Amino acid sequence: MDQKKLLVKLENAGVFRSSKWLVRGISLEINQGQIVTLIGPNGSGKTTTAKMILNILNTDEGLVTGNANKMAYVPQKINIDWTMPLRVIDFMKITSSLNNTQITESLVMTGVDKLLYNQIHSLSGGEFQRVLIARAIAKKPDLLVLDEPVQGVDFNGEIALYNLIKEISVNLNCGILLISHDMHFVMSTTDHVICLNGHICCSGSPSNVVKNPEYIKLFGEHNSETLSYYQHQHDHSHNHDGSISK
Amino acid sequence: MFDDFFMRALIAGIGIAIVTGPLGCLVIWRRLSYFGDTLSHSALLGVTLAYAFSINISLSVFIISGTVALLLLSLQKRTKLAGDSLLGLLAHSTLAIGLVLIGFLSSIRFDLMGLLFGDILAVTVEDIFIVWFGGLIILGILFYIWKSIFAATVNYDLAAAEGMKPDLSNFIFTLLLAGVIAISIKMIGALLITGLLLIPAATARSLSSNPRQMVIISILVGIISVILGLFSSLELNTASGPSIIVAALVLFILSLISFKRSGALQK
Repeated sequence: MDQKKLLVKLENAGVFRSSKWLVRGISLEINQGQIVTLIGPNGSGKTTTAKMILNILNTDEGLVTGNANKMAYVPQKINIDWTMPLRVIDFMKITSSLNNTQITESLVMTGVDKLLYNQIHSLSGGEFQRVLIARAIAKKPDLLVLDEPVQGVDFNGEIALYNLIKEISVNLNCGILLISHDMHFVMSTTDHVICLNGHICCSGSPSNVVKNPEYIKLFGEHNSETLSYYQHQHDHSHNHDGSISK
Repeated sequence: MFDDFFMRALIAGIGIAIVTGPLGCLVIWRRLSYFGDTLSHSALLGVTLAYAFSINISLSVFIISGTVALLLLSLQKRTKLAGDSLLGLLAHSTLAIGLVLIGFLSSIRFDLMGLLFGDILAVTVEDIFIVWFGGLIILGILFYIWKSIFAATVNYDLAAAEGMKPDLSNFIFTLLLAGVIAISIKMIGALLITGLLLIPAATARSLSSNPRQMVIISILVGIISVILGLFSSLELNTASGPSIIVAALVLFILSLISFKRSGALQK
């Protein structure tokens, strides 16, 4: 693990907008093959932190350094104007030149390969989410940032997608930053959890973070119990490659 | 062939339609129709200055529209005034300044109607050269930045995160828009250029299922509008700009009807 390439590093980074700090004092590292999860309540700066990492937002304080060659992003919300006719196949190619095999391969991975020639506007929320993830992994990034990637996806689909994310990090050997407010599934997937509320409250391995008093203060005792319950439930149900064994 | 004023107008008009096709699609996708309007209104000021200092009209219009576009981009970052108010403010104040200046230039004879609505009689061989040469440059640059500008149009954050440099391509696109106004002002007129950007692209939308198709259909619709418009302008003795726009509108309405018939009206 120590030999793995450092993909991105934030040192005491912060973003100041309309007379307040959106986030401040953020220090973190993402390495090759590592899954880092950001959790925190609404407005805690999860997306802002992701945008600093992706160079969408400039920092007003601190440093962002990194040597990720290819970054891919699954934004939380994306709204494509109806005036633009756009099929799934066109959308897949917007930031990189992919051939049809590459496109189909990644659509198969997220289970939406049948939608290749469908209009983006005709997709359901869950289908669109799967297309977004497929687009991001198709370009084989070395750093993948997923902002609430499973929203609108049903329960079974959610488990499958989290397994897929785990699988991607192994297969592509890329670093993954996962933003989530739902710890249930993240627990079994992630290597490192960062709990955010404008600043970093606590961080560490998932099992350590849920025991942290700062975490419990933010999410409540009850939530913390549910998590350990889920953690127990899922602990032995995954194979190494991420598939589920019963 | 260039001796006939009508042929000159036709050749210049077709050149313009080829350039307004792809740019018009981007204007529609990015919801920039008022932005285009503001630039073209400011073009009148450019024309006035061209007469005052006897420089080339297209060059002067490009400089003024380009300056207004950049001014707008920087004002949007600095003031809290909403985007549409800012656009209206700049559009009408530049139009007004242009009209006031025309009053001062009483020694020069002006065809105001021609400036506002276009004049096919005014198209010279030099204008044809400006349209085609300028148009090729605009299309060349647009082709070069297409991937980046298209990604930024779909989603700014995605484009920025994945190294497509959306700010740079937005900036270049704005200048290209000023460029297309500069080459088409004589034919179409300051008040109606946005119509030739918008209406063919809107017509193409209902007939296409992917972006490339929409751009190609938009160019074709533009060319047909120019041809129909110029012929009716000749026959009915109407101003060329409005005739072309009316022709485009007729095609738009026809596209809506065929669209409904084919049952393709899906959201």
